[in-house]
Amino acid sequence: MTMQTNLSRRFVLGGAAAGAFGLGFHIPAAGAQTVAAAPAIPPEINAWVVVKPDDSVVIRIARSEMGQGTLTGLAQLVAEELNADWSKVTTEYPTPGQNLARNRVWGNFSTGGSRGIRESNEYVRKGGAAARMMLVQAAANAWNVPVAECRAASSVITHVPSGRTVRYGQVAEAAGRLTPPADVPLRDPKEWTIAGKPLPRLDTVEKTNGAQIYGMDLTLPGMLNAAIRACPVFGGKVRSFDAAAVTGRPGVKHVVPVGDNAVAVVADTWWRAKTALDALPITWDEGPNAGASSEAVAAWLREGLDAPGAVVGNSAGDAGAALAGAAKRIEAVYDYPHQNHACMETMNATAVWTPERCEVWTPTQNGEAALAATAAASGLPAARCDVHKIHLGGGFGRRGAVHDWVTQVVTIAKQIPGTPIKMIWSREEDMLQGRFHPVTQCKLVGGLDAQGKLVGLTMRISGQSIVADIFPQNIRDGRDPVVFQGLNAGGGEAMIGYTIPNLLIDHAMRNPPVPPGFWRGVNLNQNAIYLECFMDELAHAAGKDALEFRRALMANHPKHLAVLNAVAERAGWGRPRTDGRHLGLAQTHGFGSYVAACAEVSVSAEGKLAIHRIVAATDCGHAVNPQQIEAQIEGSFVYGLGAALYQECTLKGGRMVEENFDTYPMLRMEEMPKVESIVMPSGDFWGGVGEPTIAVAAPAVLNAIFSATGKRVRTLPLTKVDLRRG
Amino acid sequence: MAKLNVNGRILDVAAEDDTPLLWAIREQIGLTGTKYGCGVAQCGACTVHVDGQAVRSCAMPVSAFTEAQKIVTIEGLAPMGGAQHALQKAWVELDVPQCGFCQSGMLMAAAALLAQNPRPSEAEIRSEITNICRCGTYNRVLAGIQRAAGTATSG
Repeated sequence: MTMQTNLSRRFVLGGAAAGAFGLGFHIPAAGAQTVAAAPAIPPEINAWVVVKPDDSVVIRIARSEMGQGTLTGLAQLVAEELNADWSKVTTEYPTPGQNLARNRVWGNFSTGGSRGIRESNEYVRKGGAAARMMLVQAAANAWNVPVAECRAASSVITHVPSGRTVRYGQVAEAAGRLTPPADVPLRDPKEWTIAGKPLPRLDTVEKTNGAQIYGMDLTLPGMLNAAIRACPVFGGKVRSFDAAAVTGRPGVKHVVPVGDNAVAVVADTWWRAKTALDALPITWDEGPNAGASSEAVAAWLREGLDAPGAVVGNSAGDAGAALAGAAKRIEAVYDYPHQNHACMETMNATAVWTPERCEVWTPTQNGEAALAATAAASGLPAARCDVHKIHLGGGFGRRGAVHDWVTQVVTIAKQIPGTPIKMIWSREEDMLQGRFHPVTQCKLVGGLDAQGKLVGLTMRISGQSIVADIFPQNIRDGRDPVVFQGLNAGGGEAMIGYTIPNLLIDHAMRNPPVPPGFWRGVNLNQNAIYLECFMDELAHAAGKDALEFRRALMANHPKHLAVLNAVAERAGWGRPRTDGRHLGLAQTHGFGSYVAACAEVSVSAEGKLAIHRIVAATDCGHAVNPQQIEAQIEGSFVYGLGAALYQECTLKGGRMVEENFDTYPMLRMEEMPKVESIVMPSGDFWGGVGEPTIAVAAPAVLNAIFSATGKRVRTLPLTKVDLRRG
Repeated sequence: MAKLNVNGRILDVAAEDDTPLLWAIREQIGLTGTKYGCGVAQCGACTVHVDGQAVRSCAMPVSAFTEAQKIVTIEGLAPMGGAQHALQKAWVELDVPQCGFCQSGMLMAAAALLAQNPRPSEAEIRSEITNICRCGTYNRVLAGIQRAAGTATSG
């Protein structure tokens, strides 16, 4: 597939470089992506569909492709309603500037919260259906026959009574001039022939031969490269730097301040910029957080586990009275550390600034947010800026809500007008300047009656709020609406799967001086660990089977129960084993989908963990591309288990200690379990798939570890825990 | 100034001696399929072949190479004439990549493995392929190598 990248034709450079941004130019690389200017009147049927005279169909994709397959899935949904010939489908990204100029005709560009397909499926399908209706109408008009006598299939329109046919490309121009239909019915998903099928991705070939261009690979004529270092201490600033110490080095062109907390070296190549930056003397004003540490944060959060003034997220009955009257009381405290997204491609962007216009090329999960950051940093109105989305080498939430790197590159480019500047973060910069998975602790207290039935549960979450930092306007009456993911009473999103007669779940907000971010799976990750591991603790205390104990609480939650039953059955839960392997269960609901996992592990006498097999089930309502859903499920275990087994960003002296993969290890192929996916869409809702399964990865494994060792793991990562026998 | 033999061409590279091979390939030669992931030989995104061996190019200076050493990057993995390498074919058939950023390195590591051990066991593949993938394609990478090697088992 060819992904078209539209460079603006309006961009005019001053000085000697003028003309370089004329009517399109080629990115000088191995060429899957041609960069072409759009014709003055694009041959579009509507905002979503362009049909060219050669019948090739270009489907516009507003959301970002970062590996999760959204690009292919959205194209399937449009092509389904369009009755397009799938072999002729290509895609392109409209720019946020075009969206702004066309009154947001493509809606939301944000690609987070596993919302890419579930949130936009209706309007993109209507885009495809409307385009098909207009193409058929154009053919009917040309033949002067009733539209009801015409059928469209595989990009060909047939007049049924006469057998005449016409290809989409032949009527596209006429169709584009018609008034869009007001009433656009959609196909019943049961009739899908393109959507719902495990079609190959549209973007695979170029990822196997080096041709895929990522942000880091972009080259523009006359471009210089920037390496940047921001104060590693959160909230710190640059006090001074000695540019003269490096300006004579090979290739170095500029040494510039970036805001009040960073310095960049600009050189002909990035490696020369990076090595000069390494040699640049910088003194920092470390500011008020210079003494902050993970230990101090943990102590503060521990105090929050019993502090007054917490905000209630979910409650029923009288949990305090139920616990007081319980035959047996079980209590446990869990915690979850700071973690970095660690996208394989570090943050980067390329910008050109002139007094008239500013353009940015960057991998982003939200082009509109990137445009807002560009406009703010450029000093120009948004209408004089644009952002060109380049393929993402991973996103995981880091490239979505906060575009700090875009602000930086524009700030650099503004100091060197007319010259394209590509800024790449080193891995060390990426690790130190993250937007970290929030840190929390959770105290759970459960009460069992004499028969071992759960009569009351309290969950006190103490810790960091992402929303309070990034979208403080969304905090109402002190309540972070996202912090209770997976624990909500109702509302259709991230709902708890148990009916507990006396329940109190609340949050004591404690925000340490570490910038938090939406990290793939967000708050569902730790909440599922807390609840699902504690459910195992309660079952054990009640002397009951972990599956049966859960089932007794799930009668009112049939979809939660269905995925749990599916994994238990497939994994052979309850069967006697003689192979030394142990099973663990977890289930949750988040990002609109119901997910469950059963992990099969063994732990050697020396404490070495082996995760042999995972069975995972997902009910995402509608499955647009089942094989890509399986890929997301498999990948979720890598992300979730890597985090649980190995990953913690340690705060010391107000900065993170871990700077690269040698101290922040990743799950590798040797530890990767087999994953058996059960995709079981129940059909009456739309759920996301990129994130929810991450949340069940860790608790399923931790519960299996308990079964194998008798040890409860309540702190992460697992490297902190000794699993040796005895 | 170094002379490098990359994908069958001898090229003059105007880079300081301590410039990592990775950055000479990306910036001086202009082949961007080889990726920067960590700079400390941990992730393998920068893997190329040097005389058939998989090498993490981010941690090797250009001064360590002579034009007699044949360097192959992802752009040169396919045999001449445009056909796909068996691994590339398997990768497409199984839809292995997600974001794809690590896949050049995965493919180069896998190709070097198969060149030395044409029918590796699953355990050998798992221990030899130590590249990092954050999207989590490991199981499809494993299946892709087995398919290319002709050792794939059904199911």
